[in-house]
Amino acid sequence: MNILYDERIDGPLPDVDKAALLNLLHQQIPDLDMLWREEELKPYECDGLSAYRTSPMLVALPRRLEQVQKLLEICHAQQVPVVARGAGTGLSGGALPLDKGVLLVMARFNNILHIDPAARTARVQPGVRNLAISEAEAPFGLYYAPDPSSQIACSIGGNVAENAGGVHCLKYGLTVHNLLKLEVLTIEGERLTLGSEALDSPGFDLLALFTGSEGLLGIITEVTVKLLPKPQVAKVLLASFDSVEKAGRAVADIIAAGIIPGGLEMMDNLAIRAAEDFIHAGYPVDAEAILLCELDGVEADVHDDCLRVREVMQQAGATEVRQARDEAERVRFWAGRKNAFPAIGRLSPDYYCMDGTIPRRELPGVLEGIARLAAEHGLRVANVFHAGDGNMHPLILFDANQPGELARAEALGGQILELCVKVGGSITGEHGVGREKINQMCAQFNSDELTLFHAVKAAFDPQGLLNPGKNIPTLHRCAEFGAMHIHAGQLPFPELERF
Amino acid sequence: MLAFDASEALLAQVNQARENATPLRIQGSNSKAFLGREVAGEILDTRAHRGIVSYDPTELVISVRAGTPLSELLATLDAAGQMLPCEPPAFGEDATVGGMIAAGLSGPRRPWSGSVRDFVLGTRVITGLGKHLRFGGEVMKNVAGYDLSRLLAGSYGCLGVLTEVSLKVLPKPRRCLSISLELDSAQALSKLAEWGQQPLPISAASHDGQRLFLRLEGGEGSVTAAHQRLGGEPLDSCYWTDLNEQRLGFFDEGLPLWRLSLPNHLGPLSLPGEQLIDWAGAQRWLKSDAQDIQSKVHELGGHATCFSHGATQTPFQPLAPALLRYHRQLKAQLDPQGLFNPGRMYAEF
Repeated sequence: MNILYDERIDGPLPDVDKAALLNLLHQQIPDLDMLWREEELKPYECDGLSAYRTSPMLVALPRRLEQVQKLLEICHAQQVPVVARGAGTGLSGGALPLDKGVLLVMARFNNILHIDPAARTARVQPGVRNLAISEAEAPFGLYYAPDPSSQIACSIGGNVAENAGGVHCLKYGLTVHNLLKLEVLTIEGERLTLGSEALDSPGFDLLALFTGSEGLLGIITEVTVKLLPKPQVAKVLLASFDSVEKAGRAVADIIAAGIIPGGLEMMDNLAIRAAEDFIHAGYPVDAEAILLCELDGVEADVHDDCLRVREVMQQAGATEVRQARDEAERVRFWAGRKNAFPAIGRLSPDYYCMDGTIPRRELPGVLEGIARLAAEHGLRVANVFHAGDGNMHPLILFDANQPGELARAEALGGQILELCVKVGGSITGEHGVGREKINQMCAQFNSDELTLFHAVKAAFDPQGLLNPGKNIPTLHRCAEFGAMHIHAGQLPFPELERF
Repeated sequence: MLAFDASEALLAQVNQARENATPLRIQGSNSKAFLGREVAGEILDTRAHRGIVSYDPTELVISVRAGTPLSELLATLDAAGQMLPCEPPAFGEDATVGGMIAAGLSGPRRPWSGSVRDFVLGTRVITGLGKHLRFGGEVMKNVAGYDLSRLLAGSYGCLGVLTEVSLKVLPKPRRCLSISLELDSAQALSKLAEWGQQPLPISAASHDGQRLFLRLEGGEGSVTAAHQRLGGEPLDSCYWTDLNEQRLGFFDEGLPLWRLSLPNHLGPLSLPGEQLIDWAGAQRWLKSDAQDIQSKVHELGGHATCFSHGATQTPFQPLAPALLRYHRQLKAQLDPQGLFNPGRMYAEF
């Protein structure tokens, strides 16, 4: 089933006269930079999920809030869909343009507006890069905790829209846990302040609702983040296991010992070998699984916890436990994990990164299931896993130049996500639904739940002009998707007509 | 410990209310009935729907029915060496988990650990359309769909009937030590701002006008080192429970009690009445009969909630007009008949 916007099942989009809209925008916002020629639109036809491409009708590159506000007012009045985009690093097609819509690029809002070390907050524009925030705070001994692996490039506005995660979520939380305040514009161009500089605000928690709403409820124009003091030390242990089950048991045992590591990552054999080949991190290439466990905090505590974790890992059956001897080795241990994706990229012309979450206890069964599904589809899968918080990133290896392989990879990916849902997990831990997982939403939520999501949307954008087709599928899409996925004779959404 | 699934009866009562267009006043043990505005409606009592649905300490997640006593939840976690880090106040022996989520109030650890909403992973809720639905789940990371679970925390039952919640929990710290230091409030607040930028294991900070009270939590080494550095007199850890449950002398009857939520870096505030500082300055309790507290606190970048029932018509800080409009629209979408706790938070919805 095609992932690109399909008006037949995703809902009709208003027809807009491009020339008339351009004229109107030129007239009303003369200093707004816009791109509208075919060759100028090309670079914007996809985000980090490059397998899916659509040229937008036009691209707007505002620099001032008033331009954004006026643009939204006009799009609202003219019924033009608006897709917001930050740095375009998203992996789920959340910023995939519409050929009948405006692509609103917020990347030029890239100023850090205010840093308050005493309050441990930073107020920034949405186009500021994630890592740039921590770099600016470094002189004060502070940093911004969420660290998605795209942090050198991704923008904070996109992080908020996706509720981005990273490798330190178990201890330090997701984006939603590290925000104080958002300034947003509604599709009507109305300014709202969500949250405040205090730790809570009166009324409903719209800050939480907007975080991760994928640009469907409003446009983020300013973000106030919380900062943390940098941990005094960070140490990392590398443990090898001869089975994934044992590595999984070690993870549970570490938690049971009352230890919350700053990072706890697992890689399977294919991922280990790929990373070692690429980075020479010193990984044991014969191990079936490795665990990287980072402990951070005050020196004395970290020292004690390292001893505890080492013992736990050995008791769980680790064949070897190594502690990085110095900072250089620690960085090398991490470099292998952080470069796992490009390392896999060297094994295969293309790979497709999944993002399911599961209760950790289900890991052995799910990995077994993935291996079985991969064999059925004739494809290889490497697994890297944020083991601390149950977030798996199976990487499906394929070659898009081989006829049918992309379709097989997509089908396999979909089935892996449905497996995650079946064991009580979720189709997306940190990458977002976007366009990529729109069909799997039908597996995770029933029609009543989806109806409620649409009701939330209607409270902020009743005409559905903000990022239509993303995040929440229409019931018709689910009916059509369900028709292809009849499990045990039970048709999902039996109440809906099929066409 | 009792466990019983009464969700069908709750759903039936909601559907009856929909049919008759009768508003519902949702309650657990009523331990927090003094918060917010008076609600006229038929009582929907969640307490029959109780029990821990699932708890696996190594997953750091517990799922529990809304009518379960909060004390039962906390005792279960305690027995496994874990805790709910946001340490919500109970305000009554029979307080329920549902009320804890609906009020969304957090205790002294909040600035360091996060709030009640920060620990919500998933919910089950009966909606205004008469459906019993599930959002979020039992996993740490989940960004599928809108985050309705966290939206429900602190919504005072105005968006639906919460029937079950899944919460992230954490191991209890290995060592916990409370101390008090002789510092005036200006010195204390400025020290706290300085310490906040350093990796110190502070997990609670309160000031009563004369003394700064601190709690240190972490490993043996970090707590000992911090204690050596900060000095101070030993303090009975009961102080934090008494502060959280409002049993300190400060909270004795008298002038209306206000909770002020403020940016954390403000110094001492001159407001009419008696003050007690918590959350290292980000939450302050004020006993005062002044009429303009909310507007004064608004000017400081915060908001004020009245904790004395009936002392004001607007116990929650009034919302900006644009924000109020979207609150009403959201309420109208999720509870089109206005059945759930109408007017509990604001007269307008």
